[in-house]
Amino acid sequence: MVTIKELPRDEYIELGHAACAGCGATIAIRHALKALGGNTILTVPACCMSVIQGLFPKNALHLPVLNTAFETAGAAASGIAAGLKFMGKDKDINVMAWAGDGGTYDIGIQALSGAAERQTNFIYTCYNNESYGNTGQQRSGATPYGAFSTTTPIIGKQEHRKPMARIMAEHGIPYTASISAAYPRLVFETYSKAKDVVGTRFIEVHAMCPTGWRCATWDSVKFGKLAVETGVWIMWEKEGDEWRFLGLSKRIAEGKIKRKPLMDYLKPQGRFRTLIKDPERVKEFERGINREWEILKKRVGC
Amino acid sequence: MSKIVSVTGNHSASWAARTAIPAVIAAYPITPQTTIVEKIAEFVENGDLKSEYVRVESEHSAMAACIGASALGLRTFTATSSHGLALMHEMLHWAGRARLPVVMPVVNRSLGPPWNIWVDHSDSMAQRDTGWIQFYASNNQEVYDTVLMLFRLCEAPKVLLPGMVALDAYILSHTFTSIEVYDHEEITDFLPSYQAEHWKLDPKDPMATGNIAGPEYYYELSYAVHEGFEAARKMIPKVEADFKKHFGRFHGGFIDTYQCDDAEVIFIAMGTMGEEAQLAVEELRNEGIRAGSARLRVFRPFPAEQIQALANKAKAFVVVDRSLSYGHLGGAVTEIRSALYRGGQTIPVQGVIAGLGGRDVRYTDIKKLIHLGFDAADKGEVKPDIFYGLKR
Repeated sequence: MVTIKELPRDEYIELGHAACAGCGATIAIRHALKALGGNTILTVPACCMSVIQGLFPKNALHLPVLNTAFETAGAAASGIAAGLKFMGKDKDINVMAWAGDGGTYDIGIQALSGAAERQTNFIYTCYNNESYGNTGQQRSGATPYGAFSTTTPIIGKQEHRKPMARIMAEHGIPYTASISAAYPRLVFETYSKAKDVVGTRFIEVHAMCPTGWRCATWDSVKFGKLAVETGVWIMWEKEGDEWRFLGLSKRIAEGKIKRKPLMDYLKPQGRFRTLIKDPERVKEFERGINREWEILKKRVGC
Repeated sequence: MSKIVSVTGNHSASWAARTAIPAVIAAYPITPQTTIVEKIAEFVENGDLKSEYVRVESEHSAMAACIGASALGLRTFTATSSHGLALMHEMLHWAGRARLPVVMPVVNRSLGPPWNIWVDHSDSMAQRDTGWIQFYASNNQEVYDTVLMLFRLCEAPKVLLPGMVALDAYILSHTFTSIEVYDHEEITDFLPSYQAEHWKLDPKDPMATGNIAGPEYYYELSYAVHEGFEAARKMIPKVEADFKKHFGRFHGGFIDTYQCDDAEVIFIAMGTMGEEAQLAVEELRNEGIRAGSARLRVFRPFPAEQIQALANKAKAFVVVDRSLSYGHLGGAVTEIRSALYRGGQTIPVQGVIAGLGGRDVRYTDIKKLIHLGFDAADKGEVKPDIFYGLKR
């Protein structure tokens, strides 16, 4: 694993961006772009990154950026990729769509699925902060079971989230990864690997959001790690036909370490305040997590 | 070498794409547009057209992909109709406001329910305010020629707007006529290959487009789009004159007039009905009736001055819309009355809704409608807007 000192010094997102304190998505894009380098074109649908990049006429991103409509990241990237191919530049320039979970799980899944089916040569990132964070935490297809959102304000969400990365892996694309912004070195390594793969690459980055998760901004990375340590978020990749667990999730899968108690993760976050009062619902939350572990273990073959 | 091919209106559009060679074509099938993109697929797969062809999963994605490719500064093309155009609506705004010169034939078809696949202008008229230049064609050669002219116009640095050419479902889209088509090399004097001079996605000179701009900027950016239309207004006659110089054809500019110079009543319609009207006018002239036809060819930018000039000579207009803005009138008659009011002109304008959902409007019907204009001119007043041929 690359050390902090070995990370490239180049920055493609400048100080002065407009992210909230403790934003996981910003940690993720910073390290993803360090791996991809400056020969990259970004397309960004409506999401927190529309705001984070800063207000016109300024922009904190040191790359060409096509902001596009909410549901179109996969399609806009398809057009960019096709244009680069026409110009004979498709091997030199990376195309990356950078979308939130609403723009991926919900409104953008059609364009994304189409782009993947067409074997479009691009990287699609879903930075998953588990709600419509940009507009004040409405429920998305990625919001965890039981979590408060402004559209599940009293009872909390009554459904489990969809296994988006697994859905994308099953498209038969050459590279899929599920990682976390709490591990920036892994972010860097994942994008370094994805950069050299030709075809559709889907990377989902669990992106801590203290604003939406109702936790202290200085605890952002701690909660990102806790999600992995408790097994709530699972890190894995699929390269070609081979599935493997990554980082701490690998050690959990191999039985080398035990998952931390679920309550360590749930209890301090304001968004789970209602959930944790009901032991039956906490069990249901855990059942959903365990189910995903079992499916992934079968895929990995352990 | 230029050659004569016998093609449908749809294939005229496909041939125009083949001649212009867009870098990227992204498209999705919809009746009655489908044969445009089928023919293009054939051209691409047999090597006659070296475009990148993205077979997207929806019209919304077709426009989004064109936007992505156009943002690289490249020539882009798609085609759609009816519900496909309605689905695209959001991205039509995006292309217009992002100043991306995507060119798109739209086969005019009704919207459901009920399902109806026949000619109706409701689809494109509903896109009036999206920042797209709009032409309406009346024959297959005009479809082909207008696509080429639109690329030239839309890609001009002062214009930089997307443009659509509308053609009537079936009456043009699936009807064969002979047209003259060219190899790419024969048109490069008129239409050179395209690489945007202004903003484009280029890692060597990175810039962002479309990020948040507050109330202190948005208005000016909107006005800039309007300025693009005013530039297009100035440029359309030049492009048409240059097209005539190169290829010998002229389709009428903003308004294709026929026997209007001494006409007492002028019949105004769009698309094929505008061409059919020439036959009606011819018969009326033989009967000694001084009628004229003005086919509204460009709807955006709207040719208000040309409409005012026509009203200076005529005693009345009859304006037929093949679409209906429920709760008011047709789109064209509304614009025409507005232009006349602004010009201080008070000639009677008889509004007519006709031909919705493919209902046939024949030259004999048009003759009857023109007579209504003479009634209005004689009495100096207009009947309420007419729903012609409505069965009740």
